[in-house]
Amino acid sequence: MSRVDGYGTRIDRSRTLRFTFDGREYTGHAGDTLASALLANGVHRVSTSVDLGRPRGIVAAWSEDPSGLVQVEEPFPEPMLPATTIELTDGLVARGLPGRGRLAEVPDTARYDRKHTHCDVLVVGAGPAGLLAARTAARRGERVVLVDDRPAAGGSLLGTERICGRAALEFVADTLVELHANPDVVHLQRTTAFGHYDDGFVLALERRTDHLGADAPRNVSRQRVHRIRAARVVVATGAHERPIVVEDNDRPGIMLAGAARDLLHRHGVLAGREIVVFTSDDAAYDAAADLAKAGARVTLLDARDGVPAAGARRCAEQGVTVRTGAVVTGTRGTEHVTHAVVGGEELPCDLLLLSGGWNPVAHLVSHIRGTLAYDPALGAFRPGEPADDTAGDGVTAVGAANGTLDLAGCLAEGAGERAQPVERTPTKVLWRTDGDPTRQFVDLQRDATVADIARAVGAGMRSVEHVKRYTTIGTAHDQGKTSGVIASGITAELLGVPIESLGTTTFRPPYTPVAFAALAGRERGRLFDPARTTVLHPWHEDAGAVFEDVGQWKRPRYYPRPRETGGIEDMDAAVLRECAAVRGGVGILDGSTLGKIDVQGPDAGAFLDMIYTNVMSGLKPGKVRYGVMCGLDGMVIDDGTVLRIDPERFCVYTTTGGAAPILDHMEEWLQTEWPHLRVHLTSVTEQWATFPVVGPRSRDVIGAFAPDVDVSVEAFPFMSWLDTHVDGIPVRLARISFSGELAWEVSVDGWHARAVWERLVALGGQYGITPYGTETMHVLRAEKGYPIIGQDTDGTVTPQDLGMAWAVSRKKPDFLGKRSFSRSSNLDPLRKQLVGLLPLDPDLKLPEGAQVVELTDALPPPPVPMLGHVTSSYRSAALGRTFALALVKGGHARIGERLTVPVGGALVPVEVTGSVLVDPEGTRRDG
Amino acid sequence: MQLIDCPWCGPREEVEFHYGGEAGVAYPADPAALSDEEWARFVFHRANPKGPLAERWSHSAGCRRWFTAVRDTATHRFRR
Ligand SMILES: [Zn+2]
Repeated sequence: MSRVDGYGTRIDRSRTLRFTFDGREYTGHAGDTLASALLANGVHRVSTSVDLGRPRGIVAAWSEDPSGLVQVEEPFPEPMLPATTIELTDGLVARGLPGRGRLAEVPDTARYDRKHTHCDVLVVGAGPAGLLAARTAARRGERVVLVDDRPAAGGSLLGTERICGRAALEFVADTLVELHANPDVVHLQRTTAFGHYDDGFVLALERRTDHLGADAPRNVSRQRVHRIRAARVVVATGAHERPIVVEDNDRPGIMLAGAARDLLHRHGVLAGREIVVFTSDDAAYDAAADLAKAGARVTLLDARDGVPAAGARRCAEQGVTVRTGAVVTGTRGTEHVTHAVVGGEELPCDLLLLSGGWNPVAHLVSHIRGTLAYDPALGAFRPGEPADDTAGDGVTAVGAANGTLDLAGCLAEGAGERAQPVERTPTKVLWRTDGDPTRQFVDLQRDATVADIARAVGAGMRSVEHVKRYTTIGTAHDQGKTSGVIASGITAELLGVPIESLGTTTFRPPYTPVAFAALAGRERGRLFDPARTTVLHPWHEDAGAVFEDVGQWKRPRYYPRPRETGGIEDMDAAVLRECAAVRGGVGILDGSTLGKIDVQGPDAGAFLDMIYTNVMSGLKPGKVRYGVMCGLDGMVIDDGTVLRIDPERFCVYTTTGGAAPILDHMEEWLQTEWPHLRVHLTSVTEQWATFPVVGPRSRDVIGAFAPDVDVSVEAFPFMSWLDTHVDGIPVRLARISFSGELAWEVSVDGWHARAVWERLVALGGQYGITPYGTETMHVLRAEKGYPIIGQDTDGTVTPQDLGMAWAVSRKKPDFLGKRSFSRSSNLDPLRKQLVGLLPLDPDLKLPEGAQVVELTDALPPPPVPMLGHVTSSYRSAALGRTFALALVKGGHARIGERLTVPVGGALVPVEVTGSVLVDPEGTRRDG
Repeated sequence: MQLIDCPWCGPREEVEFHYGGEAGVAYPADPAALSDEEWARFVFHRANPKGPLAERWSHSAGCRRWFTAVRDTATHRFRR
């Protein structure tokens, strides 16, 4: 055991916790991390490295650790967590991870959620600087959010310091009492601000239950993402100690000096008894003295010739041997470090501590493009002056994050004052010592060495961003917290340029890894995306419908029935039956998802004349007109029918997918180009349920349904509509057909929709009324050559390409897209045009998306000239064969020709036809 | 996530907005009078400058109103 008495401010020695690591059982204390508990048990070797299989251990004391990754097995499987950040709980099971983790194979039943917070000041980091910043702002009456990623506030404070004449941890406790008493302060520990975005937007992850282990209440979310919008952000995130790269610097038992000091004071763990400290900075003297005082034999080697007087005095008091101008150039050992190589000498040790200075944790400044400037006194990059008005607006770095390393300076900056200069022996900037570059590890997690940087430079890399990507340094879970600046420094040395001119790699969110589950929050499974259902959805479910997604809508695709031979129909069989029923008798479709826009105002007709390619202002009330809409480029964007309700009111039907974008399109033109038009637009998609009743017997059904209405062809002609009442329910009937058959669309408000639908189905029973789905609707419309915008078109298709020049007004002086129709490219006879294709084999259904080429027995060598592609392809009950629609170059002129469609390895000959294959004379329309 | 100032609703998150490209490109008074090239210039060509640009924005997930705002295309910052 390496636990020593009299130390350990964070652990509760009265509570013993059992845990399992790599199959062996150990004990630790409440307040331990997995790393501190392992080291307390003398376990240094955590894993082996990802590529080279070298033994690896704990390097740092918190999230900057580049080395000691574990896979947690219990309580819930989770891959790739640093042992240094796992709070020990009873029953924890983990194992060392050589590089790559394994995702859980069982569903994660924990909850994750999200909270929005707005504040005047967000303070990130509850160390001395952050606490002062939060207290100062709170006393000013500002709304403050204070977040900190450790289990408890205090930051780098170890408990030995004194603040304002009092023990540091008492000062922390008092400050928290004051903050917690203030209703305008939110204080969150175990909360990592992982991303900083524009305008004071910060994402922070709160770990709420993991530290409670098996006692975690089920009703509390495991993790919460806080979305914080702050007028000002104070970055008080401290500094990370930087190692010095030496040969074989990756052995277990080699760590950062501050980490060993942390482990002693926080967890009462003395990680070695025979310690060598190698430093080029002052802070390691305090670590050496503290470790010696706790009972270790310590030798301190300072690469500098001068020593800090106070530090040297403390070391002398504790019996630390200090040697100046001494440099470690390698290590010995296999599973654990046994010696430090110093010149020709090998110093025995069971712990080698490295300290090359401190890197300000300026990630949250860098995330929002704040500049980082090299400070030669630190040997590190610190927040610089904002380069322009976008970066660093309202963002302040204080304390160690700003490069101010002394406690008094941190407190002053936290309080918004200027830190007083302190006397320090300057840090000697020493990225590495002499040695074999293939065994000088820069990024331990990536097994990347000085030799890899040399290779990158040799290959011509001159930017640290390129070196990073070439060597993968800084791309692991720790994102180069300890290795990034060293990689820049070594690259600069190899290139023979100053590091200032190279800069450092840009930090990007997230600061530490964030689980996808936390980002997803409650938006999982059924809540991932809203599902829209029509008011008849339960009826469709009861009828056994198979649904398809159309945008967010769930629409019945077909209604399979039991087969006589047993089992249930597949889609092909169901659709053939539904198609035959519609064309032979009568069918009913739930068309409620069609977009509906109520267009009102004295200028409604003039407005629609600009929106549609044909004339809508001339439509008489009571009449219906089909219309096409184009973009400015003349390409079709939507189509549908328009009902004129009265002189100042129209109801516009859009495609299901077009409901929202077409409303937006109309609003844009109305507001930005034609604000003088007195028109108002309202979506009424969800207010109306619409049911097409289709087929030669539809007149019988509608006649029975609305006995007061004369449904004869003379009284109720095609493309007309009327409002009536059926049993007191207001109902709108319109003679519109999307199949070529005699048909009515029955529209009713949602409250009465189910009653009306069931009445229609009951009345149609004697005529064999058949509910049909979107698949049958598609076949019926394709047989008539009616295109589906977005399936048979792709944003490059004009009305003329679709054979719908008849829907384009020649009389109107202007409408959206008109001028584009006469552009030379739109007059090109070789434009792709919509045609029908009949495979010579009437049983062969072409795959949608298949390419169309010239008739051939053998494909020419690639590139094969493409004529177009299949846009729709079905099996037709009416034709007794398969057919397709396709966009084909110069297609209208090719009607009657034969072409080839390569399908898999086969060359399928097809005949080009007009796009209208069923009832081209239109004889079925009026029944 | 930037904040964008809707003249009707105040500052809201950028995901509530829809971008409408360069502002001030008026629909031609008589499209039929334009040559193909002039018409193509209106439909397809925009200046795309680096720096301040007057743009059309729609508060599409809010009040649904279109408005014009000046934004620096290099820094994304809106002129206040
Ligand atoms: Zn608004």
